[in-house]
Amino acid sequence: MAEVRYEKATRIYPGTEIPAVDSLDLDIADGELLVLVGPSGSGKSTALRMLAGLEFVDRGSVYIGDQDVTLSAPQDRDIAMVFQNYALYPSMTVAANMGFALKQQGVSKEERAKRVREAAKILDLEEYLERKPKNLSGGQRQRVAMGRAIVREPQVFLMDEPLSNLDAKLRVQTRTQLADLQARLGVTTVYVTHDQVEAMTMGHRVAVLKDGILQQVAAPRELYRRPVNRFVAGFIGSPAMNLVDVEVSSELLQLAGEDVPLDADVAHALRNGFGGSSTVGIRPEHLALAAEGIPGRVSVVEELGSESFVHVVVKHEGDDLVIVVRDEGETDTARGDDVHVGFRGPVHVFDPDGARLGD
Amino acid sequence: MSGSSTGPVVGQNKRTNFLLGLLSWVIALIFFFPVFWMVLNGFKEEIDANADPKLFFDPTTRQFDEVTSQTQGLLGFSEAFYNSFWAVLISTVLVMVLAIPAAYALSIRPVAKWRDVLFFFISTKFLPIVAAILPLWILARDLDLLNTRLVLIILYTAMNLPLAVWMLRSFFSEVPRELIEAAQIDGAKLRGQITSIILPIVAPGLAATALLCVIFAWNEFFLAVQLNPVDGSTVPIWVTSNVSTRGNFLAKLSAASTLATLPVVLAGWVAQKRMIRGLAMGAIK
Repeated sequence: MAEVRYEKATRIYPGTEIPAVDSLDLDIADGELLVLVGPSGSGKSTALRMLAGLEFVDRGSVYIGDQDVTLSAPQDRDIAMVFQNYALYPSMTVAANMGFALKQQGVSKEERAKRVREAAKILDLEEYLERKPKNLSGGQRQRVAMGRAIVREPQVFLMDEPLSNLDAKLRVQTRTQLADLQARLGVTTVYVTHDQVEAMTMGHRVAVLKDGILQQVAAPRELYRRPVNRFVAGFIGSPAMNLVDVEVSSELLQLAGEDVPLDADVAHALRNGFGGSSTVGIRPEHLALAAEGIPGRVSVVEELGSESFVHVVVKHEGDDLVIVVRDEGETDTARGDDVHVGFRGPVHVFDPDGARLGD
Repeated sequence: MSGSSTGPVVGQNKRTNFLLGLLSWVIALIFFFPVFWMVLNGFKEEIDANADPKLFFDPTTRQFDEVTSQTQGLLGFSEAFYNSFWAVLISTVLVMVLAIPAAYALSIRPVAKWRDVLFFFISTKFLPIVAAILPLWILARDLDLLNTRLVLIILYTAMNLPLAVWMLRSFFSEVPRELIEAAQIDGAKLRGQITSIILPIVAPGLAATALLCVIFAWNEFFLAVQLNPVDGSTVPIWVTSNVSTRGNFLAKLSAASTLATLPVVLAGWVAQKRMIRGLAMGAIK
């Protein structure tokens, strides 16, 4: 077990100019589960592969524990990785797959069998040990891939979208099991996903990447409460935050003709600030259908059972604009209803460059 | 792909399938007939073999006895088979031993300019062997290799190597990258990656490639007849030695050809399942 540190780590793929990962600085504590999240092409997988030694580090360094592993071969890093497609060795049985790394380390046959059995027990794979991967279901394969990682007792687990090939229900189930397993084993884990729900539910901390640049790294709650920029605000949260471009006039911001309630420090920043437009961000759960507020008409109602999301078309600066409002479950609101939208929670404001205003 | 679409015209599809099936049988039989006729002729007396085609005759193994027991020209049956066996086996083993690392270096971890390297391999096949035979002969003479098994082993290896490299490269390219990466992370060194992970996956491809090398080397005639026509020569030469200027020889030749075909058919039959999977491996994901 060990901490992991990226120091200005940069990867530029041959033949390209823009770095896939650009000066990544990241400290991952011992035993932490850190999630790297971002849209495709954000460099999250590349960052993981740099830690694995599968991708060259063009500039900067990568450390595991106190050891600079920037130039070490994957074989010498004492890490285990779970691949998106599991990458199980097709010619080997489940037991051989799980024991392969130990065999490479020269662990005795008895010891290997013992440790494979222990891991199989944890993952409920005991009865499949003699099967070949092709005779397993998707969920079982995923568990074998996990088993192959935990048998090794490595310093760091690397997981590259390990759940994305499972169906929705199994994914949610496995997600909790995986988080629980990681906590029990206490092994430092770097987990890559494009799914922000996975990131929020599993990560002790979440690092959001975009275009190879780290946007924000924080605990899920902090990320949700205080996104540092417009991108993180839009990326984290489901359904996504309403982001509306607003013309700035004095210290007031108006959304569809209504004054937006602002924190004192945001108002202060606006007063001393800038002309042009800024972006107002409000999460659907911080809006409500109310007796008064922004007038609009309902275009879509998404019923999820415990809650529902109402899409309301409002007139904002002369154009139609759809804002999403969270409403209670089993709502009576229907398409075509005329409603009013009121504010009932924090409002985020971002400057023209997308950076957060105020605290 | 045949049209197995499920539409309302099931009946028509069935008929089309039947006709296509029939057609392929007819074509297959047309192709197979000369082989069949050769085998049949091998069991005839010379007089029957040379008469108007007749299907019913008293089968005899006399021709087989004769071709295996007599030395028609310079070469006996067992001697020729012995020579062929070793030339084919050693050259094929050498080809595989050399082609596997080459294919690895051209697919999984490509060397610089791998396309040019690949082109170089196949370019060695551009020159008609007839055009190269004189320098080859002079080289063989100067190296004292004329009429040795060694010269055939060397040339068969060189002849099959480009093909084997090309074939194996395409099979190696099919190995998922993640498997090799997983093996690396699991601590496998290069040799372990190749022997434990890559080779088991491409085993069908290896079988198909080796079989083709065996077939080409076994049937090779031109080099053998030019560089090694005397002792140490191979089965194809022995087959032609049954062509005689005195009297009829069709039945005898047929018997000899049948015997010469058998090992290849046998090898093909043994490797068939693996080979078909191997040849189709690139076609399906």
